[in-house]
Amino acid sequence: MKLSGGDLLMRALKDEGVKFIFGYPGGAALHIYDSIFRQKALDHILVRHEQGATHAADGYSRATGKPGVALVTSGPGATNAITGIATAYMDSIPLIVISGQVQSHLIGTDSFQETDMIGISRPVVKHSFIVQKTEDIPRIVQEAFHIATTGRPGPVVIDIPKDKTDPSILYTYKRKKEISLRSYQPRVIPHPGQIKKASKNILSAERPVIYAGGGVILGNAHKELIALNKLLKAPVTNTLMGLGAYPANDKFFLGMLGMHGTYQANMAMHHADVIVAIGARFDDRITNTPSMFAPNARIIHIDVDPASISKIINADIPIVGQVKESLAALIKEIKRSKIKMDSEALESWNIQISEWRQKHGLDHDRYLSQFKSQMIAPQVVVQELYHATSGNAYVTSDVGQHQMFVAQYYHFNKPRRWINSGGLGTMGFGLPAAMGVKLAFPNQEVVCVTGEGSIQMCIQELSTCLQYNLPIKIININNEALGMVRQWQDMNYGGRHSASTYSDSLPDFVKLTQSYGHIGMKVTKPSQLRKTLDKAFSMKDKLVFVDVYVDPNEHVYPMLVAPNGSMKDMWIKKNTKA
Amino acid sequence: MKRIISILIENKPGALARVVGLFHQRGYNIETLNVGPVFDGSYSRMTVTTRGTESDVEQITKQINKIIDVIKVSDLTEGEHHEYEFILAKFKHTDKILKTLKALNGKIHEKNKEAMVMSAWGSSSEIELAIKTIGKTNLIELVRSGSLGLHEGIKVLKI
Repeated sequence: MKLSGGDLLMRALKDEGVKFIFGYPGGAALHIYDSIFRQKALDHILVRHEQGATHAADGYSRATGKPGVALVTSGPGATNAITGIATAYMDSIPLIVISGQVQSHLIGTDSFQETDMIGISRPVVKHSFIVQKTEDIPRIVQEAFHIATTGRPGPVVIDIPKDKTDPSILYTYKRKKEISLRSYQPRVIPHPGQIKKASKNILSAERPVIYAGGGVILGNAHKELIALNKLLKAPVTNTLMGLGAYPANDKFFLGMLGMHGTYQANMAMHHADVIVAIGARFDDRITNTPSMFAPNARIIHIDVDPASISKIINADIPIVGQVKESLAALIKEIKRSKIKMDSEALESWNIQISEWRQKHGLDHDRYLSQFKSQMIAPQVVVQELYHATSGNAYVTSDVGQHQMFVAQYYHFNKPRRWINSGGLGTMGFGLPAAMGVKLAFPNQEVVCVTGEGSIQMCIQELSTCLQYNLPIKIININNEALGMVRQWQDMNYGGRHSASTYSDSLPDFVKLTQSYGHIGMKVTKPSQLRKTLDKAFSMKDKLVFVDVYVDPNEHVYPMLVAPNGSMKDMWIKKNTKA
Repeated sequence: MKRIISILIENKPGALARVVGLFHQRGYNIETLNVGPVFDGSYSRMTVTTRGTESDVEQITKQINKIIDVIKVSDLTEGEHHEYEFILAKFKHTDKILKTLKALNGKIHEKNKEAMVMSAWGSSSEIELAIKTIGKTNLIELVRSGSLGLHEGIKVLKI
C-alpha cells in the first residue's frame, strides 16, 4: 500500500515505538495533523504553547529513557520550540522535534510563517534534517532516532516542507533493518590499557572520590556504579543531573557537589588524591575556578563524548566509552587486580569526611525546628514533600532556589526520578515536563516543585492537564520574589533588589488553578503544611496546586565563593564562610 | 600558533554551515577556509586555518568530529605537511611585482595599460610577502583560495 508523506511519518514513528506526540498544529503541519487524525497507534497531546511540547517530550524522555517526540508548525511554532530544544541539548536528552515548513518553492521568499528552522536550531541540536523528497521520510526518521539515542544523546530536528506531506503524493513504506552512517560511528570500546591504568590508580588511592553525573543515568549504568562502589567503599558524589544515579540514603553518599553542593562533597573533591569522574563534564557550576580545582588529584575521566574530556580540567587518565561498558570493564579489572586498597587510609579518609559532614553538612533538624516559627522555611517544604511521598515520587522542578532545595533535601534513591533543567536552567520546564512523566507513568506520583516566578512561564499547560486528565501535584514554593536573583543581589549588590520583586501583583494561584478546573490550596502557616500536603496527595485523580508561602529571606547554602574561589571555599550561612 | 585542519565532510546542504557555525559558537576564529567536492563528489574536503594553543586545537578537532556530517578530521600541523595558497590579483604593474609573482609560479592572465591580472601560488608566508610587495597603492583587487593542505608521505586523510 502506498502512503502519503504524513502517513509515512506516522508509520515510521510507530515503528520506532513512539506512543505520544506532543504538539501544536498550524498551516505547514496540517497534512501531518490529518494523518494523525486517521491513525490509532499514537496519541497526540495538544499543548498550549510549543515550549510546553518540547519540555513535555523531554520530561517523557528523562523519565523513560525513550526519546520524546514533539511536533510544531513552521515560523512561530518552530521558534517557540527552540528553548525546549536547547534545554534538551544542554542535558543530552534524546528528543525528536518535527517542524512543519512552508512549501519548498516558497523557502527563501519570506513567505507567511517562514523561518529557517535548520539555521535557527543549528547550535542547539545534535543533528537536523530537512526533507527534500517524500520517499526519504522513513529513512530520515530512522536515522534521526538512531542519532538522538546513541553516543552522547541529544535532540534532532526534522524539518518537513508542506508539499512533502501532500496527501496526493504516495510512496511505499520501507524500513531499513540497520542504520549505518559512514560519518557517525558512536560505539566506542573503552581502551583496555586505560582501564588497567585507571584500576591501578584507584586501588592505590588514599583519598578517592567518585564524581558521577547525568551520563550514568543516560547510560543506564547506575547498577554498575553501585557495584563498583561495593568493591571500593569510596565516597560518592552526584552532580545535579546525576542525582539518583547513586542511592542518596547510602552511607557512602556525600550529596550533591558544586555551587550549592554539600560541604562534605566539595571538601572531599578539593582534598581528593584520585577523582573518578563518570559521565560528568566538569561544568563551571562544579569546578569553581578551574586553576584552583582539586590541586592534588589525579583525574580519571570516563565519558562517551571525547570532547568532554580535558575540556575544562585536564584528565590524567581519559577513558572514552559508554559508561555502562566502561564501568563493567573497570569492575572486572579491579576484581582481577592484585593491588589491594589501603584500608587504613580509606578509613581515615571516611572519618575525615564524617567530620566535615558533622561540622557543616546540611542541617535537616535546624529547619524542622523552625517548623513551629511564624514563617515556613522552604527547605521544610521539600522535607515534608519527601515525607508525604515516601521519597518515591517523580519530581520535576523549575529553576532557582526551589530547584536547589529539592536537590539538597529530597533524597533520590533511584535514577530518572529527578527531572530538572540543569545545563540551560530553563524556567518554565517543570510543569510541562511533569505532564510528559505523568503520561508515561500514570500510576506513579508525579510532583512539580516550582516557584511563583517559574510557574508563570508555562502556566498555560494547566489547561492541557485538564484536557488529558493529568493529576500532577504542583508545589509552589512562593517567596514572592525571584529568589535566586534576589539572593545574588543580597550577596553581591548591596541588597538592591533590581527587578526581582512583584509581591503586589501576583495572581491568586488558588483561584487561577480553580479557573483551569483544578484544585488550589494555600498554606501560610507552618502548622498547616503537613495537613495540606497529605490532603493534596490523598486526591489521587485531581491536579492539586499547593501554594506555599515561605520565608522570603531564606538563601541557599552552602554556596561556593566566586570569583577566585576553589571548591573548599564556601559560604555556609549568611555572612559566614567556612 | 597557526593550525591547519583538514576535514572530510558529507557533500550535503547545510553541512558547511555546521562547521563554520561551530567555530563561532565555541569562540574560535577561522583565518582561511577552502572547500570543494573530491573523489566521487559525495563528500568534500575542507582546509581551515585557525590560531590557538594545543589544547584549543584539540578541543576544536574534537568538536568538529562530533558534527554528524563530518567523516574525518586531522590537524595537519601535528606532523609534516604540504601547505599552499593560490591567489588571483589585479594590480598596477611594476617590474618588481612581476618578478615577485613570477618567482611564485606566476602566470599572466590579462595585461593592459591600466592593470594586470596574474595568478600565483606558494606557501602562505610566501603569499603574504608577495601581497606586501604588491603594496596597497598598486593593488586593485585580490582574491585568495585560503590554505590548501595535505599530509606529507604515506599518511592520508581518505575514506
